[in-house]
Amino acid sequence: MLLDVENIVRTNRRAWGRKGFRIGALCCSLILGAVALSFSSQAPSQAPTSATQSPVPQALPTTPPQGLPPTIPQAMPRAGLNVVVLDPAHGGTDPGARGTGGIRESEIVLDFAAQVRRALEAQGFQVVQTRQGNEDPSFDDRSAIANAQSGAVFVTLHIASTGLPGTARVYVNSDLPVSSDVGGLIPWDRAQTPFQGLSRKLGDLVQGLLAQRFKGSPNTAQTAAVRQLRTTAAPAIAVEISSVVVEDRADLDRMAPGVAGAIAAGVAAFRPSYVVPTTAGGTQ
Amino acid sequence: MTTPWIRWVVGVLCVAVLVGAIYFPILRRRLQLAAKLQQQTAEQARRELTQAVPINPGEPRVKAKLFWASGNGDGTLLDSTVEFPLSSDPVLRSKQVLNTLLAGPVDADLRTLPPDAVLLAFYLLPNGTAIADFSEALATATPSGIQSEQLAVDSITKTLEANVPRVQRLKILIHGQEVETLAGHLDLTGTFLVNTSGVPAAPATAPSGDKPAAPATDKPAQTPTTKPSREH
Repeated sequence: MLLDVENIVRTNRRAWGRKGFRIGALCCSLILGAVALSFSSQAPSQAPTSATQSPVPQALPTTPPQGLPPTIPQAMPRAGLNVVVLDPAHGGTDPGARGTGGIRESEIVLDFAAQVRRALEAQGFQVVQTRQGNEDPSFDDRSAIANAQSGAVFVTLHIASTGLPGTARVYVNSDLPVSSDVGGLIPWDRAQTPFQGLSRKLGDLVQGLLAQRFKGSPNTAQTAAVRQLRTTAAPAIAVEISSVVVEDRADLDRMAPGVAGAIAAGVAAFRPSYVVPTTAGGTQ
Repeated sequence: MTTPWIRWVVGVLCVAVLVGAIYFPILRRRLQLAAKLQQQTAEQARRELTQAVPINPGEPRVKAKLFWASGNGDGTLLDSTVEFPLSSDPVLRSKQVLNTLLAGPVDADLRTLPPDAVLLAFYLLPNGTAIADFSEALATATPSGIQSEQLAVDSITKTLEANVPRVQRLKILIHGQEVETLAGHLDLTGTFLVNTSGVPAAPATAPSGDKPAAPATDKPAQTPTTKPSREH
């Protein structure tokens, strides 16, 4: 049997040529894809407030920390308390606490936020929400929205898995160590540090009003290492309502007006106390 | 000629049905058992593999104070005294008390930590910082919420504070990794203050004048007192 060796070599070369072309094209498309991905991953971090539809003009929020120590540039001068940043917790793929009856924290806090927003606007505050629908901004994106505001307080809303049903608690961040400023900046991950005193005052005011409306609630705000509050450069509180274990969601819905009223009245009572700490020039 | 043949066939079939009636339930039970074993979670398997810290009967029996939920539903803890042989070595002692805490109280409703959670490792650095590495169940099975997560961490820190004076701060890891939150709320990126009156000197970054020693009473601790400290 005779073999046409030259023909076989030619055929193999053609095949390898085609393969080489395909491999080359694949490599090129991978490189182009990686470049496009790197551009697209930079773009959203610059505008995390797109979903908030804020009534106030939005300054570009600080890029949250990703890899390098981030900084908040020197804050603009703040003249009094005008803005309340309202944060319905969780959302998107994170439902938060879930009750046996199908109650999802992420959905209820949105409804609560709508009522709190109306109550705050009735008091003359501008309200910025960290999410309007079923999105899940990161902790840093939510903080960045607050950190970009002038004269703002931050209120994050939660529904607990536990606790006495029909009660509400206010949390402020635990005492963080005071860090030394570096060039007028404070670390992003300790942005709350200069505001702890103000947060405590705001928390106690709101908690006192909640205790009047919801029997069994504590009289003063409690401290906890709440992640969301740590990176927020503003007086910041977390309000947690008990709980998703109620059999009927209406039990929670009935609490919404009282919670909204207490938060709005508490923030209004806090307004005269609002003085920006001198060390809150910025964070690094 | 055909009648005996049919009888034989019918007889064999009856025997087969009888054998099947006896054997199939047994087979079904075996299959269910096999399926049950296959469904055993990684956490359960890890629990079996994790060596329990041996309790040496020769060690002196000590009244350990363990903090579980008060049962009031208000996020407070109640200390319970359990007497058992405790090692004088701070690492072994920490493992013993934390394993007992994880095992839970008699009343399961008073648990503060998920039943599947396992202490995988515990280290104590010379500066008093302890590192407790828990299995993933601590993060996945702790009820989501500020109160419930705070209660879980408080029960750990207060139990260590009451029984292992050398532990000053606690860093909690989940399966060897630092995680951002315990179950969506409580910050685990920092360390929690346990004892401020421990033996080693506190680093300059620790907050000053923080936590008093836990009172030796059976009254619920009214406010969670664990405070995080962030190291540089």
